[in-house]
Amino acid sequence: MVSVVYEAPDSIDGAISLLANADVPAKVLAGGTDLIIQTNGSADVSRLFVDVKKIAGMLDANLSAEGLDLGPSMSCAEFTAREDIKKVFPGLVEAAYLIGSTQVQGRASIGGNLCNSSPAADTIPALLVNGAQCVIAGPGGERSVAAEDFMTGVGRNCMEKGELLKTIHLPTPAANTSDAYLRFIPRTEMDIAVAGAGVSLTLDDSGTCIAAKVAIGAVAPTALLVSAAADALIGTKLDDDALQAAADAASAASSPISDRRGTAGYRKQIVGVLVKRAAKIAATRAKGN
Amino acid sequence: MAKTHVTTSINGEPQEFLCEPGDTLLDVLRNDLNMTGTKEGCGSGDCGACSVTLNGRLVCSCLVLGVEVEGAEVGTIEGVSSGDGLHVIQEKFLEHAALQCGICTPGIIVSTKALLEENPNPTEEEARYYLAGNLCRCTGYDKIIRAVMDSAETLRGGA
Repeated sequence: MVSVVYEAPDSIDGAISLLANADVPAKVLAGGTDLIIQTNGSADVSRLFVDVKKIAGMLDANLSAEGLDLGPSMSCAEFTAREDIKKVFPGLVEAAYLIGSTQVQGRASIGGNLCNSSPAADTIPALLVNGAQCVIAGPGGERSVAAEDFMTGVGRNCMEKGELLKTIHLPTPAANTSDAYLRFIPRTEMDIAVAGAGVSLTLDDSGTCIAAKVAIGAVAPTALLVSAAADALIGTKLDDDALQAAADAASAASSPISDRRGTAGYRKQIVGVLVKRAAKIAATRAKGN
Repeated sequence: MAKTHVTTSINGEPQEFLCEPGDTLLDVLRNDLNMTGTKEGCGSGDCGACSVTLNGRLVCSCLVLGVEVEGAEVGTIEGVSSGDGLHVIQEKFLEHAALQCGICTPGIIVSTKALLEENPNPTEEEARYYLAGNLCRCTGYDKIIRAVMDSAETLRGGA
């Protein structure tokens, strides 16, 4: 049985103070879809849960000329219902839509997905290709960390004791830019990625790719940006050779494990296939923008 | 440890309860409020037997803490039918014999109601995806989906 102390501060400062001064393991409670299960399986210990959902802005998403400022605790259900965001970041929305069931999406959040820092988190590759910045508040003030530097290992990230993810910022994409995220699971719904790939592309008027980002998930200790895969696409019209070169670069950058969902060799191959397919979808979307 | 006092609304009625901070909403509903229509299946958010709505969103009550529903609106299977009779969805589940052991049924009915409020005219594929988080180990889902699609048609007034 775990003994839980529950606090629901209404300010960032209040949350930081609770997290910084806790004398038992302190956990931020957003949607709880990971945290409550992790706690149920624990030995007899005490925990402090700091529910951050009463803090202004935590459940909001604001799309402006500067980009998207996302409250980390906004549920995936609320997020995926936002048609304005879907127009600008369709890949991130489709990644959020893949997390768990309808019920899980009613609670789970993109900030929670990021802070849980699973290698297989669906939204992380989509955040990486969109240049997401993580605004972290702590006892010493605020700092901003690029999403690709946020995760430091399996289930680990750069957050220190007393720190709280305050906002996820995505800059406004350039003209004729769009994104896509695909994952492979052995069934059609409700599973954890065997491999995942996010791609963001910018095309010029002739259809040539002039900027690209490629990220892969579930095939390394953390999701990775693969610059070699992006470079294989830039300057091309996304012909078969360019797509294959990007796929090969993504496979080469991966270092997957074998488990019951798939072997390392299979994951290495499939992540390349996903990169190719996601690039095609992103390109079709970018032409429409 | 001192229990926490929580004031909330369940099925439109004001409700107060005391709970331990680590108790789930499912624990509170079943053990403290004697609302045993909501079932515990897996206790880990996989099966959907404990589905309820929280501020209008479908959630697993095993993944919500009781203390979190302070000031919230909770909807359970007990509130699906507003009067003495059954809701159309409940009638259709009986008509189509869309259950065997029945443990998953309250959760599936709560989820179906949420689905049809969001999307009154779902395709079968949309219904199956929406309900993918509600597991049934008896029926093979065929009769459940027939009941859901018939409910949708009836609620649209097309029957």
